[in-house]
Amino acid sequence: MSSKMTPTVEIRSAPHVKAPRSVEQIMRNVVYSLLPVCAFFIFQYGISAAALLIVVTGACLLTERFFLATGTQAGRLADWSATITGILLALSLPPGFPLWMGFVAGAVAIALGKAIFGGIGFNVFNPALVGRAFVQAAFPTAIATYTPSFLPGRFSEFVPSSLAMPLMMPADVSVWLHERQLDALAGATPLAKWKFEGVLANAVDLLTSLSGHMAVGPAPLLILLCGAYLAARRFLDWRIPASILGSATALALVLYSINPEHYPNPLFMLFSGGLIIGAIYMATDMVSSPVTPRGMVLYGVLIGVLTVVIRYYSGLPEGVMYAILIGNASMPLIERISQPTPFGKGVFNRQKRPASFTLDPDFIAPEITRAPTRTSRFSRKKDGADA
Amino acid sequence: MMNTNVPSTWEEFTEGLWERNPIFVMVLGMCPTMAVTVSAINSISMGLATTFVLAASCWLVSLLRHAIPKEVRIASYIGIIATFVTVTDYAIQALSLSLYEALGAYIQLIVANCLVLGRAEAHAAKVSPWPATVNATGMGLGFTLGLTMIGGVREILGNGTFFGLSLFGEHFQPWVVMVLPPGGFFVMGGWLLVFALWRARKARLAAASAEGVQHGA
Amino acid sequence: MNTPNSAQQATPTGAMIKALGLVSAVCGLIIVGSYQGTLSAVADNKRIALERAVFKVIPHAKTVSEFYALPGARIEPVKAGDPPAGAVKFYAAYDENNALAGIAAEAAAKGYADIVRVLFGYSPECQCITGIGVVSMRETPGIGDKILIDKDFLANFKELDVKLNADLSALANEVKTVKHGSKTQPWQIDAIAGATVTSRAVGRGINDSAQALLPRLVPNLEQLRTKP
Repeated sequence: MSSKMTPTVEIRSAPHVKAPRSVEQIMRNVVYSLLPVCAFFIFQYGISAAALLIVVTGACLLTERFFLATGTQAGRLADWSATITGILLALSLPPGFPLWMGFVAGAVAIALGKAIFGGIGFNVFNPALVGRAFVQAAFPTAIATYTPSFLPGRFSEFVPSSLAMPLMMPADVSVWLHERQLDALAGATPLAKWKFEGVLANAVDLLTSLSGHMAVGPAPLLILLCGAYLAARRFLDWRIPASILGSATALALVLYSINPEHYPNPLFMLFSGGLIIGAIYMATDMVSSPVTPRGMVLYGVLIGVLTVVIRYYSGLPEGVMYAILIGNASMPLIERISQPTPFGKGVFNRQKRPASFTLDPDFIAPEITRAPTRTSRFSRKKDGADA
Repeated sequence: MMNTNVPSTWEEFTEGLWERNPIFVMVLGMCPTMAVTVSAINSISMGLATTFVLAASCWLVSLLRHAIPKEVRIASYIGIIATFVTVTDYAIQALSLSLYEALGAYIQLIVANCLVLGRAEAHAAKVSPWPATVNATGMGLGFTLGLTMIGGVREILGNGTFFGLSLFGEHFQPWVVMVLPPGGFFVMGGWLLVFALWRARKARLAAASAEGVQHGA
Repeated sequence: MNTPNSAQQATPTGAMIKALGLVSAVCGLIIVGSYQGTLSAVADNKRIALERAVFKVIPHAKTVSEFYALPGARIEPVKAGDPPAGAVKFYAAYDENNALAGIAAEAAAKGYADIVRVLFGYSPECQCITGIGVVSMRETPGIGDKILIDKDFLANFKELDVKLNADLSALANEVKTVKHGSKTQPWQIDAIAGATVTSRAVGRGINDSAQALLPRLVPNLEQLRTKP
């Protein structure tokens, strides 16, 4: 018995996951779940949307390849993470967005959002949103120019703004729309129409995105279904989208019940703009969202509330992007205050201590160094002095 | 204690120009770097104004270095620098009011540019006037070069022009963010990245050739 | 050479004072010298810049005089030194026959990024504003800076009504910036779509400045008819 060769024992810290689940596997599944959304996006907007998806994803992959080659970032091209960034970024841009600007957005997303932090697993912000925020600041007009969905001839003809020459201003879409007997307003997103014109779109139309001539992004219903698949397979944590959507709806409902004239109904809030895709695919980025269960809820509520506040009280019609970026930035703080109580430690003698430990050469483990805990020793001394 | 390795005039001059460039190597004087580099012409004017202040005050500091006891040296240096900033201020007002308005408060803020006081304290107070002035001029021109490299990129992307010359015709799409303050940080970071990649490549090549020599021998 | 020994020796007080005195004397000489040397060029530049700005908003103007409008509806020419308390500065422009061509004054209000300053031209004949020129602004390029070039917006100031009420104490109708495309009255300013904040700042600045200046200026117009 003892003479038998013992197999190599690998010592690992918890959690001891039974099924191996690699980063690549998770990322690949996210890409699979995004494929129906992309297909519907192309069905809505035609070849302009298809070209945008290809160019943005290509830009992300090229930039990733460059930084991997120079050795400035960790990860592999085959881990699918740059592909996800590219697809999400393209889905969050207007379908007629000039392709060269899409290329800039993809390159900036990887370079500024990921490579400078050290690659996959180190990014502070969701890279897709960093890219979007950059082009939002650089090209504010182009990113606000949407085109209506289900235009006739969308599979044979590009939106003229898509094919702008690099560095050149895109063609005026309103002229092109006018030739098709559509007023310029058809190109405004439902949120912009509500904010600047006071026109409220029907929530069911928004949810399915099936009615024509509406400038909405990818269909919320489809994204919800794809998100449900990911959540069911535990590739994303349901707490984050649930708390974002829940808190946004709750706040919108409170405001709507106070003044229905001034504020739109909560369903419009929920299904317009990028709230659904942001909540399900962008805020749940595993690197830039908290890992503690309570932290996830807190993070989601912060994003949901910020989204509604930005939409209602700022000069911008859409606020999901900035809300998620602020949520990403506050993620370390949220994790710090939402550390779970270890089993056996009650609520009453829980210690206030930072989540991280200092780099002390004498440091062994928190449980050993704190054998007589600081608070208890302190209180005992005090007792002794009193006695 | 005697410094036996006295640098030549050329070495003094080129130290700040490239080897220890104030912006890209020492990362000094970031306030004007971010604020006025929206166009190449602004950058070059700001850089030349700083160069004048730097060279003139380093010359005077070096000239008076034996007369100034070290207890009161900071007060004296700041006085000297403030003098030349005032002179520059008047000179620019006399030359062009529109340039003066474009540069705004950043002309007066040269007095607080850490590059100027830093060079006066670290270099000019220890050497004779000629090398002090030459070194300060080199540093100032290095600063100008850095500012113009940032300002040039920001102007090309943010406005489609370079020194006011239109590069891409009237259909150019300006990158609004480049003329806003964040653009300064983006371009600065971009240049630092380029230099870091270049240095890494040079080090790799040097290591490879050293290895090759060893193996060959 | 800075040996540790010499570093420890204390410098006598007299030497420190002497050194500081020497530095101050040298610096003082340089500053005063350069001030004297550039004085006339700076003054010329300022005058040229002012004239260029005023001539832009008042056509036919050839010369400019500066005045203060004082509380109690008085006006007096600008003299060197600090302005009197409560004074509002304005510029009277004259044509080649030394007859009054128009009045210009500065208006300022908080825009989107920083204070927007504009110079507006006022014509006593039509009691209206006849043109504006932006003096300084730091509005978002591509959005707020449309106030410099947007033709429809600038057309608002071809004949913007700033009539005074009957007892000359305030404007009959406040200058107001309205939403793009909803201008109905001659005292309204049609905002630029997408740059409402900046457009409003221009309107508010002109209103505030006109409210402060015109009640003091209009009763004294006769005094300004010919160049002093």
